[in-house]
Parts: sequence; structure tokens; C-alpha cells
Amino acid sequence: MKIAIASGKGGTGKTTLSTNLASYLAENEKVVLVDLDVEEPNSGLFIAGQLVHEDDKYKMIPEWKLHTCSLSGTCQDVCNFHAVIRLGMEVMVFPELCHSCYACSELCPTSSLPMVPQKMGVLRHYQKGHLSFVESRLDIGQEQAVPLISQTISYIDQEFPEDVIKLYDSPPGTSCPVIEATKEADFVILVTEPTPFGLHDLQLAVDTMRELNKKFGVVINRDGIGNDGVLDYCHIEKIPVVARIPSDRRIAELYSRGELIYTKIPEVKQQLLQIGKYIKDLQIGVNE
Amino acid sequence: MKIAFTTKGTEWDSLMDARFGRTEYFMVYDDEKEEISHFDNQSAADTAHGAGPQTAKILFDLNANVLVTGNGPGGNAATVLQKANLKIYVGAGEMTVKEAYDAYLNGKLAEF
Repeated sequence: MKIAIASGKGGTGKTTLSTNLASYLAENEKVVLVDLDVEEPNSGLFIAGQLVHEDDKYKMIPEWKLHTCSLSGTCQDVCNFHAVIRLGMEVMVFPELCHSCYACSELCPTSSLPMVPQKMGVLRHYQKGHLSFVESRLDIGQEQAVPLISQTISYIDQEFPEDVIKLYDSPPGTSCPVIEATKEADFVILVTEPTPFGLHDLQLAVDTMRELNKKFGVVINRDGIGNDGVLDYCHIEKIPVVARIPSDRRIAELYSRGELIYTKIPEVKQQLLQIGKYIKDLQIGVNE
Repeated sequence: MKIAFTTKGTEWDSLMDARFGRTEYFMVYDDEKEEISHFDNQSAADTAHGAGPQTAKILFDLNANVLVTGNGPGGNAATVLQKANLKIYVGAGEMTVKEAYDAYLNGKLAEF
């Protein structure tokens, strides 16, 4: 069961929910938590596990070979991202723009653009009781999150082929990284706050998930602030509101110290229990 | 010598385009032949990625010696333009093309 935890708006509580839900569920069963927000992973601040695996991740980019190049210009014609450009007697490659599609390399008549690995980040795998925690971190200067997200998901698929609960803490927004992080999910939890900003970005996220044909539900975080806009919207759109985590100063204090919340605040644990039950129901449905 | 301008139109009275990669047009003035030509770059608006290097390549192929623009090219475009051995002057984003040309002649523009 793969569950992505996403949001339109940033800072709504994806990581708070991911880390607390994963730790709570892992009290009784095997759970995998994956931080796919590779540009700024922070789930690790709340999970102190033992490092069991670490490896550098690479993406493939073309490298120009001056001596064999016939300057046909095929490379720049087939590149949709303008990552390869022929300038007079020279071919220039822009690694940040390259999407590793291999077109220039495969179609070069003189094989003068072999693909070579370029390091883009690091994957780390930690273990803490029943909880397996995997995070990937993009190197400074790397612009593309998608290849690292994709490779991280592949690692999870290989390491954990069994059907356990896998929680994917996703990046915010509605662009390519979010699509990559949610596209294989069986269910997506959209975390929002009950404010006009939260509602606006929730609507964008809902549109995205509908476009992807995803099953999804909403968790309202900081319930009690703002207005009823999100609740009304979910009601009209028939979107399940799976849980409502209260707004409470103590939550912010625990979070700011890098501590888990549900162990200290019973109302939060109650909401996690409700989400856990919802996931169990889904599992029965998914496994039918 | 050929002087290229990033512009929003094709006349001396047209406004400059402050952007480089997504400039609407290039106007190129050949001060020896006293001829103006232009290049329509409006398709760059539809380019999701890499507008900078793509536009820089166009400018490279136009064989200009000088570029007069507004904000200046970004990193990728600047790398390409270095190869073109081109002098780049910035700060003309709010002018008409004529005013930008005069400012360039009078040394009022900063070199990039």
C-alpha cells in the first residue's frame, strides 16, 4: 500500500503528518517512510534511526567528443530542452537542462555524445524498530528533483517488494516533482490548512490528482484557525476529510524541537488512529 | 559592425525588451551598411526550458558584434554568448530602441 502525503501549499504539515503517522503505525507493524522532498528533506529531523545503507545517486548526461563529431547538428535538433547546442565548430552541453532522454546520444551519426554519469545526490536508509526510513538529498546546484525522486522510488520497490505500508512524504506544489512522487501511489493524502490560502492551493492539488486519476482524501491541519472554506469545498466536491489535526501551540513547540507530537498530545494520536483505520479500510479495498 | 537589440517591436521607436532569453524580437543594426534587420523570437514564449541558450544560439548565428539589452542574459545564455565574442551592454530595458542606441553610442550603458 503506497500512500503519498502531498499538498498544494507548502508548510501545511506534510512532514509533521508523515513522521508522526509512520512512527505511530510502526508501533505495531512494519512501515516504510520515504522523504521524497529531495530539495529540502526534513523528515529525518524527527526520525533518529540507525544508518543501514547509503549510496550516491547519478543521472546520465551526454559528453561531447570533439574528435569524432561531424557537426551534423542532429543533437540540437532532437533536444526538446535546449540542453545541447551546436555553435559553429563546437557542441555545448548544459547538464542542468538535460532530462537524460538519450536522444542526442543515440541519434548522433558518429556516436560523439556518449552518456556519462553525473552525481546528483545521496540516498540514505535508516532503521528504527519496525520503521524503515529512506531519504534522498539533492546536491547543491542540482536543478532537477525528478530523476532523484524516481531513483528513490525504484530503491523502495526493490528493497521492499512486500505489501507493507509505504508513506511518501512528497514535495509541495503541483509541478513535475509532485507528479513523480505521487504517480505510483494507491492513495494520496492532501494536507491543508483551513484558510483561504490553504483552500486555493488545495484546489490546485485536487485538480492535479484528478488529472492523474488518483484516489485521494484531505487531512486538515491546524484545525480551528481560518474559516469553513475547506470543509465546505470538500463537502461540495465529495472529497473525504480523513482527519482534522487541531491547532495547538504545544504542537508547534514540539515540532520546533524536532520531537514527535502524537506521543505527547492525545488529540493528535486520536486523529492518527482515525487515519490508520482509514488506511486499513483502503487496504481491504485495494487487495480485493 | 552589427549591433543587436532585444526589442518588443521592429522599429527604432519600438520599446526595448528587458528580457534576453524570451525577448520578442532582435533588431540588428549594421552601422556600416546603415541597414536594419530583425528576427522574430516570439516562439521562445512557448519554450518551457532552455530559452536562454536557444536565444543565445540565434544571436550567435546572427553574427552580431554587440548586444544591447535590459537585464542581461542568465548563466547558460552567458556561457554561449562568451563563445560568440560579443560585447554585451545592459540597462536599456526601459528605453526605445533609438534611445538605447544613443545611450550605447554615448557610453551610458554598463558592460555586462
